[in-house]
Amino acid sequence: MIRKSFLSLLACCFAGTANADWALNMPRGITDLSVETYNIHMMVFWWCVAIGIVVFGVMIVSLFRHRKSQGVKPATFSHSTTAEVIWTIIPVVILMLIAIPVAETMIKLEDSRDPDLSIVVTAYQWKWHYKYQDEGIDFYSSLARPSLEARRKESGIDPNAVDNYLREVDRPVVVPRDAKVRLLLTSNDVVHSWYVPELAIKKDTIPGIVNEAWFKAKEVGTYRGQCAELCGKDHGYMPIVVEVVEPDAFRAWVDARKEGAARVARNQ
Amino acid sequence: MSTTVADLHDHHDDHGPAKGIGRWLFSTNHKDIGTMYLVFSLVMFFVGGAMAMVIRSELAIPGLQFVHPEFYNSMTTMHALIMIFGGVMPAFVGLANWMIPLMVGAPDMALPRMNNWSFWILPVAFSILLSTLFMPGGAPAGGWTMYPPLVLQTGDAFPYLIFAIHLMGISSIMGAINVIVTIINMRAPEMTLLKMPMFVWTWLITAYLLIAVMPVLAGAVTMLLTDQFFGTSFFLAAGGGDPVMFQHIFWFFGHPEVYIMILPAFGVVSEIIPTFSRKKLFGHDSMVYAAASIAFLSFIVWAHHMFTVGMPLSGQLFFMFATMLIAVPTGVKVFNWVATMWRGAMTFETPMLFSLAFVFLFTIGGFSGLMLAAAPADIQYHDTYFVVAHFHYVLVPGSIFAIMAAVYYWLPKWTGHMYNETLGKAHFWASTIFVNLTFFPMHFLGLAGMPRRIPDYSTQFTDFNTVASIGALGFGLSQLIFVWVIVTAWKGSKATDRVWEGAHGLEWTVPSPAPYHTFETPPKARIAGEAFE
Amino acid sequence: MTTHTEERYYVPHGSHWPIVGSAGLLLLMVGVSSWLNGSDAGFYIMMAGVAVIIFMITGWFAAVIGESQAGLYNLQVDHSFRQGMFWFIFSEVMFFAAFFGALFYARNMSVPWLGGSSNNFFTNLLLWQGYESTWPTNGPGDIGGEYTAMPPFGLPLINTVLLLTSSITVTIAHHSLLAGKRAQLAIFLAATFLLGFTFVYMQGVEYVEAYEHMNLKLTSGIYGSTFFMLTGFHGMHVTIGAIMLTIIFFRVLKGHFTREKHFAFEAVAWYWHFVDVVWIGLYVFVYWM
Ligand code: HEA
Ligand code: HEA
Ligand code: CUA
Ligand SMILES: [Cu+2]
Repeated sequence: MIRKSFLSLLACCFAGTANADWALNMPRGITDLSVETYNIHMMVFWWCVAIGIVVFGVMIVSLFRHRKSQGVKPATFSHSTTAEVIWTIIPVVILMLIAIPVAETMIKLEDSRDPDLSIVVTAYQWKWHYKYQDEGIDFYSSLARPSLEARRKESGIDPNAVDNYLREVDRPVVVPRDAKVRLLLTSNDVVHSWYVPELAIKKDTIPGIVNEAWFKAKEVGTYRGQCAELCGKDHGYMPIVVEVVEPDAFRAWVDARKEGAARVARNQ
Repeated sequence: MSTTVADLHDHHDDHGPAKGIGRWLFSTNHKDIGTMYLVFSLVMFFVGGAMAMVIRSELAIPGLQFVHPEFYNSMTTMHALIMIFGGVMPAFVGLANWMIPLMVGAPDMALPRMNNWSFWILPVAFSILLSTLFMPGGAPAGGWTMYPPLVLQTGDAFPYLIFAIHLMGISSIMGAINVIVTIINMRAPEMTLLKMPMFVWTWLITAYLLIAVMPVLAGAVTMLLTDQFFGTSFFLAAGGGDPVMFQHIFWFFGHPEVYIMILPAFGVVSEIIPTFSRKKLFGHDSMVYAAASIAFLSFIVWAHHMFTVGMPLSGQLFFMFATMLIAVPTGVKVFNWVATMWRGAMTFETPMLFSLAFVFLFTIGGFSGLMLAAAPADIQYHDTYFVVAHFHYVLVPGSIFAIMAAVYYWLPKWTGHMYNETLGKAHFWASTIFVNLTFFPMHFLGLAGMPRRIPDYSTQFTDFNTVASIGALGFGLSQLIFVWVIVTAWKGSKATDRVWEGAHGLEWTVPSPAPYHTFETPPKARIAGEAFE
Repeated sequence: MTTHTEERYYVPHGSHWPIVGSAGLLLLMVGVSSWLNGSDAGFYIMMAGVAVIIFMITGWFAAVIGESQAGLYNLQVDHSFRQGMFWFIFSEVMFFAAFFGALFYARNMSVPWLGGSSNNFFTNLLLWQGYESTWPTNGPGDIGGEYTAMPPFGLPLINTVLLLTSSITVTIAHHSLLAGKRAQLAIFLAATFLLGFTFVYMQGVEYVEAYEHMNLKLTSGIYGSTFFMLTGFHGMHVTIGAIMLTIIFFRVLKGHFTREKHFAFEAVAWYWHFVDVVWIGLYVFVYWM
């Protein structure tokens, strides 16, 4: 079983699968940092595979050859300082090889200076509120109606018949491609976490504290995630949808939103 | 009562167990208390396991089938608390009670009355915890990590949860003190520290971890209590506190806690592998130093559970490096086990099979731990099923397999009879196959982005969830074989004193079953000397 | 470290005190919980629990004292008790460490962060604009309203002197015991617990002062929380310690303890020193700095 799963895991690494059924690996994502993160993930994984092959290899050889039923006499050695020093030092070296590139990526992750666009994300039980700081837009975003109906116990609706079951919202976040977007995250009640795998962002929203995260999306598209910190009964039902659009389309969207908001204000 | 001064004089007479229920209620005998601990933990495993079955049933296919989200959250919370504090920890304390006095040549645990109390607090604690299932507002549902402010939304169950935790802590601390004092003060004369069996060593270190961190957990939940009922602001930013502060305090306890659950397992495996390899444990002393290093490092890595909370960069870097370092001493352990087997003369009885699976599967869990330690990657893995996969690998085929190995290994010493080896092997193979079927697919789910602690999921996660649920059912059912083996353990053939051909150590010099009282005077140097060879 | 005598190690057989203790704990915990949830009956259940626990403690200790006086304990048993006590005190230290940790965290991390330091510029800007980090503080939300911080000199200083003196008197008492001067032993022991109770009384005065004149309460933000939780738990420990000293005092009057064997005395003395050391930490970090 293990070996089989391992093999399929290996297979997938070459295939580089995305979010599909039977998906085996982390998505590469659509930002430089998500790709770096993916590479770190694969690097540590391959080190583990290599060490695993050595350790399990030796063990398996031993399991087959050093059996009593083979008539072997047990050896009597019970320590070897040389061996022990070697297998202390080698892992230390490997760990250093891992740690250095990882630390470099971390430093980049924390650098949210000079954004092109700032969005304040406030979490509520159980929806998100987005406020575009300079554009003067703000709105709530929560689970879309079809999922909302299907998710109830004994709803009689087959989840498979609902598009993007549990991962669709009424109002997605829209951001321009190739812009550095800074998120300022906080919460109105309990701790939540804003998580979109393709952007390689998962950041807790903490009541009373503002956290920062940033991304620069390279590809237009719709990217889905959901709340990743237990936040009460509907924790499983607060998805996130980010739409990355061309800068022009983004401008248009901003204007339309503003106009809509103004119309609503006039009508009141 | 026996403790009045008048009837103390006949104390030195040999006597067996008291009659009736009093034997158990009032017991000061380490073997009886050990048995109670083990039985208690077995019951708790099944209670916690039943909750896992509820979880897995609900997750078998998308859509809500059986339970409401609140109840689902209660199930995960209670499952974890029961498995950790009611299952794994008492099982190891039970093994310590049974085996440490036998292994070091002591007449009993050092503080026998307190030993009784530390056991009898547990049923109280868990009655209180389980009673919350029937309270208005339901059982605690904020996760076993009890993060505020969410946990403060718990209903009537809230204070019961806090006090149940306090009681578990008190029990563990008393148990740990007993272990330390027994090991330090009660050893047979020839049993120098570095001659001590590995199980005793790892338990000594574990006991230090316990008394260092259980009070911190008690402090943390006390702050929750006062924040809730007495208006303090520990976890309230408006008052100058910080919700994240709870996470720091909790994980200062929580991370050493996971080693509390694995170090005794290392000890068990370090007893069993040499026996069935018919070869001494490789690098006994470095195993001791490795265990001590793991324990030390475990105090300075806690924030690897918090890479997404917005810690300053320097903090993240420090905790990442420290976490990675733990792989080094743990690696020493794994390599030493392999070196112990190397050129041994192995046989594969059930305890050995479980120990071998332990070495394989724990290492896989350790590898995923190392992946989690890489902070940028952890940002992706955190709070997804990848983490669930990681910790079940180290806990189920880790801690639980070690407990089962220990039970098979020492059962003949406890009962005086050999268990049914065929059934034991069947249990092993079923468990090993199903445990992988259950938890391996969770890696993939996590990598694909499925968060943990959700009762329902997006449809692309269906396939692996179904596989995991099938595996879980199989694993649960396999454990019935285990119970059957234990229940019928008194029917097997008579066990010899040594039981296993390659076994060494004091516990194998006493008859099987071990008499009610052993080593009332320290074992003779000659016997001891031989046993320590 | 192992000491061995040829005598057997005393293993009591059977004791009903632990299970009585567990029953007491059950009543206590269920009582407190339901009381906190607003049930009046809870209060009485809690008190019943307290009563059972006091009964258990008295009975259990009486049994141990009886066995000790009957000469059943050899030196090895004595060592077990000592080591047990030592590690128990260590666990208490760690309990306080959690609260000291909270204090340090608040002072060095959360409060400055709320004021905008480190990576929390926006925390201050967006949520707590205008809040400047200081210590003591009741937070940006001014939780509990205006209050006065407890000054380090005056009452707390007197308390420090009291407690330090009591540490000296208990040490003198110990030396007297070793020297076989029983009268001196009794006098200094009495002085110790009297100082202890005076400390507790003064602490009470301080609390009344804080609540009635300074508006300094448990609810006064993080400062009030850490102040009262730390000094409160400490005060509880002083009370317990002083009660234990009193009991030991009466045992001394009854002629218990010999030069060689006086575990109970030493255990209480250790406990007293522990309480003292915690106070020094408190005085420095809670009142002074
Ligand atoms: C028995 C319990 C146990 C054990 C032993 C471990 C062991 C380790 N754990 Fe695990 N862990 C848990 C139980 C445990 N863990 C639990 C319960 C959680 C989740 C809690 C929750 O959120 O609910 C968790 C979560 C957890 C996280 C947080 C994940 C997250 O929430 O984002 C991290 C991150 O660093 C981590 C890391 C590690 C590491 C590095 C080890 C290391 O000790 C592993 C070391 C072992 C090896 C590496 C394998 C053997 C070594 C070699 C063969 C040598 C050579 C190897 C190399 C050089 C790579 N663990
Ligand atoms: C030691 C700890 C332990 C153990 C043993 C288990 C065992 C199992 N766990 Fe659990 N689990 C946790 C600790 C543990 N878990 C923790 C800490 C969490 C996190 C909770 C949170 O998020 O807050 C968690 C969460 C968790 C989840 C995630 C829930 C979620 O995030 O929504 C899932 C889902 O599948 C799961 C499944 C299982 C399954 C199928 C088993 C099966 O292995 C269970 C099958 C077992 C039995 C049916 C009982 C049989 C056992 C024996 C017979 C042993 C006998 C030994 C002796 C005493 C002698 N667990
Ligand atoms: Cu919001 Cu989970
Ligand atoms: Cu950890």
